[in-house]
Amino acid sequence: MFLWIIRRDLLLAMRRRADVLTTLFFFIIVVSLFPLGVGPEMNMLRVMAPGVVWVAALLASMLSLGRMFSGDHVDGTLEQMLISPQSLSLLVLGKALAHWLVTGVPLVLMAPVLGIQYDLPTDALLVLTASLLLGTPVLSLIGAIGAALTLGLRGGGVLVSLLVLPLYIPVLIFGAGAVEASTAGLGAGAHMSLLGAFLLASLVLAPWTAAVSLRISME
Amino acid sequence: MQVQGPNGSGKTSLLRMLCGLATPAHGEIRWDGSEIRSLRGGGAYFGTMTYLGHASGVKDDLTAIENLRISSALSGVEIDEKKAHDALQHMGLGGRELLPAKVLSQGQRRRVTLARLLVCGTVLWILDEPLTALDAAAVKLVQGLLEQHLGQGGMIVMTTHQEIEIAAIATQRLQLA
Repeated sequence: MFLWIIRRDLLLAMRRRADVLTTLFFFIIVVSLFPLGVGPEMNMLRVMAPGVVWVAALLASMLSLGRMFSGDHVDGTLEQMLISPQSLSLLVLGKALAHWLVTGVPLVLMAPVLGIQYDLPTDALLVLTASLLLGTPVLSLIGAIGAALTLGLRGGGVLVSLLVLPLYIPVLIFGAGAVEASTAGLGAGAHMSLLGAFLLASLVLAPWTAAVSLRISME
Repeated sequence: MQVQGPNGSGKTSLLRMLCGLATPAHGEIRWDGSEIRSLRGGGAYFGTMTYLGHASGVKDDLTAIENLRISSALSGVEIDEKKAHDALQHMGLGGRELLPAKVLSQGQRRRVTLARLLVCGTVLWILDEPLTALDAAAVKLVQGLLEQHLGQGGMIVMTTHQEIEIAAIATQRLQLA
């Protein structure tokens, strides 16, 4: 059941690749614009890199949030999910996981390549990738709440960003902080532990909250 | 039971309340003596009921067979390729199972939706305008399906504007003003 929903969302993403690629290209382009705009000052770029990559990842993952439930809402599948004998939270978790596989994983894979533009040393690249690996699922999970709350609203896209971006702040701080701490020689352990804690907390709380929000939106 | 009434008289709202998608302003909906929301925890009520609404729940990018298998899996019944194939065949979609739903006509999409009734195995069917967009042959087919379900002791609550006569032990008409 849980696997069915993931399989279905991945299948839909495969059949409609343009949606997936826009998110990825948005991320690539935003990250690449900064070195062009700021100029080739290596020291400055190295300091900026983690923040820029992380902010771009936040925006890219938000870009696709609107689609998380809207397609199912329009064609009536969401109604069927609400009256499914299976737990709605589990379904939402499946959808958030599929969203992460489709939008988060490509970002994680691209990040080390993009980091080279900022002249990041190898261990900083590794920390950046690891922090994104831990952080991007949190973005999808928290995003699911925002997407569920703004379902079917006109101008929902702007509202999603207002609702969700403030909640992303801790992830941004500790994600970018991990890379800074590791380049400063402090070790990224503490930041990574906190990111892991966010991930666990949102795995437990976000599907349930999003399920409640969906029920409210669909009344 | 057939729910009748002019447009806007609240037929769909009533059916949505019956399946727990909407909350009634007054009163409560009971199944087997207990309020349906209290049964929600175990999904006990949802497991005995199939609701087909206005929206078809058919995904444009998936094939007919994928649509059927996924929508049944969502309602808690996992079916294999063979069974889905047979159900679609029965609904007159033989040879079109592997076409993406976007190339199917409105009536064919409806048939894909209705094919779920063949595989769901639930007692209570709540059908909102199941006959829209269907041709005469398909209406006959659905009629047979409904009669068979009632014959096996199932229950149906449906709305329709079309006149169909269903042969069953007990039929009721609810007229909404």
